[in-house]
Amino acid sequence: MNNLYLIRYGEIGLKGENRSIFEDKLMSNIRKAIKPEDKSLKIYKTPGRIFLETTADPQIVKGRLLKTAGLVSFSPVKKLNLEYEEIQESVLDSAKQYMKDKEKVTFRISARRSNKKYEYDSMELQYNLGEYVLESIGEDKISVDLHEPDLDIHVEIRKNHAYVYSESFEGMGGLPVGTTGNVGLMLSGGIDSPVAGYMGLKRGVKLTPIYFHSFPFTSDRAKEKVIELAEVLAKYQNEIDLHVVNFTEILKEINEKCPEKLITLIMRRLMIKVSEKIMEKQNGKAIITGESIGQVASQTLEALKVTNNVPKLPILRPLLGLNKVQIVNLAKKIGTYDISIQPYEDCCTVFVPDSPETRPTIQQIKEGEENLNIDDMIEKAVKEVEVINIRPY
Amino acid sequence: MENIYLDNAATTKVIPEVIEKINEVLETHFANPSSLHKLGINSEKIVKKARKNIAETLKVNPAEVIFAGSGTIANNIAIQGTVKRLKKFGKRIITSKIEHKSVLDIFSYLQKEGFEVKYIPVDQKGIIDLNKLDEALNEETILVSIMAANNETGSLQPLQKVSKLINQFENLYFHVDGVQAFGKVPLNIKEVGIDLYTISAHKIHGPKGVGALYIDNDIIIDKILFGSNQEQGFYPGTENTPGIAGFGQAVNCLPNKEQLENISSLRDILKDEIKEEISDVIINTPTGKMAAPHILNVSFANIKGEVLVHSLEKDGIYVSTGSACTSRKDKISHVIKSLNLPKNYRNGSIRISLSPYNTKQEMEFTVQSLKKHVESLRKIMR
Repeated sequence: MNNLYLIRYGEIGLKGENRSIFEDKLMSNIRKAIKPEDKSLKIYKTPGRIFLETTADPQIVKGRLLKTAGLVSFSPVKKLNLEYEEIQESVLDSAKQYMKDKEKVTFRISARRSNKKYEYDSMELQYNLGEYVLESIGEDKISVDLHEPDLDIHVEIRKNHAYVYSESFEGMGGLPVGTTGNVGLMLSGGIDSPVAGYMGLKRGVKLTPIYFHSFPFTSDRAKEKVIELAEVLAKYQNEIDLHVVNFTEILKEINEKCPEKLITLIMRRLMIKVSEKIMEKQNGKAIITGESIGQVASQTLEALKVTNNVPKLPILRPLLGLNKVQIVNLAKKIGTYDISIQPYEDCCTVFVPDSPETRPTIQQIKEGEENLNIDDMIEKAVKEVEVINIRPY
Repeated sequence: MENIYLDNAATTKVIPEVIEKINEVLETHFANPSSLHKLGINSEKIVKKARKNIAETLKVNPAEVIFAGSGTIANNIAIQGTVKRLKKFGKRIITSKIEHKSVLDIFSYLQKEGFEVKYIPVDQKGIIDLNKLDEALNEETILVSIMAANNETGSLQPLQKVSKLINQFENLYFHVDGVQAFGKVPLNIKEVGIDLYTISAHKIHGPKGVGALYIDNDIIIDKILFGSNQEQGFYPGTENTPGIAGFGQAVNCLPNKEQLENISSLRDILKDEIKEEISDVIINTPTGKMAAPHILNVSFANIKGEVLVHSLEKDGIYVSTGSACTSRKDKISHVIKSLNLPKNYRNGSIRISLSPYNTKQEMEFTVQSLKKHVESLRKIMR
């Protein structure tokens, strides 16, 4: 059986001439997400909204629509013939469904008639259908509230069909993935970076996660963990290319040649350098990190300044405004938290200086990097990056 | 060079004889051993044969052996079944600080349930303090659970002496987790006076998912699982016939005395060469007859065990830090902690565990690889 979904989008509407590009992208993202479940799905737009018709399991459809950026909300819709009795029963059914475990509720009918040939106009529809619901259920259980009803039953009369819906699910909002550009995400195994990636996805970026693997200092289990994280993120953009950089030689070199208290900072600078080189090849427009201000020694404003000093691409830090509890809550919501807390070493914990520099200057870092001779190593790391293509469905 | 598998205390490679047996049972004896028809009877015979093999090896009566889903489950049946039975006689239960997680976890659960738990400490060689045990024992004590061989250091516990102390008391059962010792350490459980003894198939080149529990005929424990009558009702559910048959077959192939001596001498080669070739090491495994033959636990100063494990992996050598069951969770295992090592050695332990299928060349290659990596890691991780 075909189920129908009415999909609303918000911000896209504001985008002037680009509007159709955004709408088409949203439609294509929805199509990609649902198609593995139903090859013959139909998706089409009417002014201001998108309709999806599919046989796919409603729970699966719901899950995927809620992971589609750019979608503000959606409603499962009943598509009916224009027979008044049919509409009447469907409206009553919606009210009964909603009443199930409740003692007393308020409701209203919001009717729209674009088919002007229909026997009732919208006012008449609202009145007649409302009266039918009141009489059938009983005024002791249900009453009308036109301003703030618990239940708002929508009825739309179009040329060939009538549509009835009352439930609405809130989506991610934001912009459709892929509309703003390709962006690198420095993905570690921790709690923050996947959340930073999610924030980027909400703003329509297409993520290229980059992970720095340092076997044998970090275990292959740490890499498996990052792959799992990338699989979660992949559900938001239907496909993701995880880039795994072999960082061991560079790390050894830093460890050998640089002052101990600067190791973490220099390591981060080089990670950004490698990330930028990877993104250059893919027409990348920025790099996202999970940094926040003052969370750890490498995230003081001075530290952020010296890491920022490296790239030409802008570094986006969407978690700047959040505290740890908020980040953890988001991680739980998107499903990365339980993966992130698995206890495998990451390279940041293997080479932790006893007393890291928290007030570094650019001069100090430049001197600290003086003995490094790693251009070849960086070239090699970029050239030999392992790309893992992840398709979640 | 082929892979050198030295993590046999975690689990072992299933040997061809066992695979063949399991295949045969999967293909031919699929019937439910509880079914009345001939096919069922044939399946029952398979289980019976395996039970007999194991009973003979343990020198006990087949009726004293029940199969369970793993060593962990057998430990649960033994420990929880004992306290359920004997709680009317007292609330004290005793174990050691270096037991396997599957025992410690049950004890900490029982502690929350109101039992009085005593954990006996160990000395630097990982052997329990008998004086402390003597002090802890009283009329209220209903269970003592001590492992035969420790899974991380290989240290053998003085079970005979423990049994002697226990024998002064009544209404007190003696459980031994023999998972690591079975097939490697000669032990007559009847003579020692053990009431409950746990073993597992996958540590002796058998399949995963099957363990067994010896329950002395003279004791009664309560059931903790319910559902039907298989395994005398202690482990209800349709028998894992292929697993049990594989277990029986693995027992047939246990190493003989000569092979055991060979394992032990390979372990000693490893130990001696490590001490000779690499500086600043502490051997955590006791020497000679005080340890199981197949385990060597070594701590390297200023090294992270996990990084060393991965470095050896690059040379195709597979060892572990701590035990496989704890190494994912805690940074330092409770066993290593209880050995009171100097601070710079605590993170740097690895466990090398052998099987009859390892060779002298493998030991030599391993020592060279260890030497190479320890030296380079010490340089890097200053």
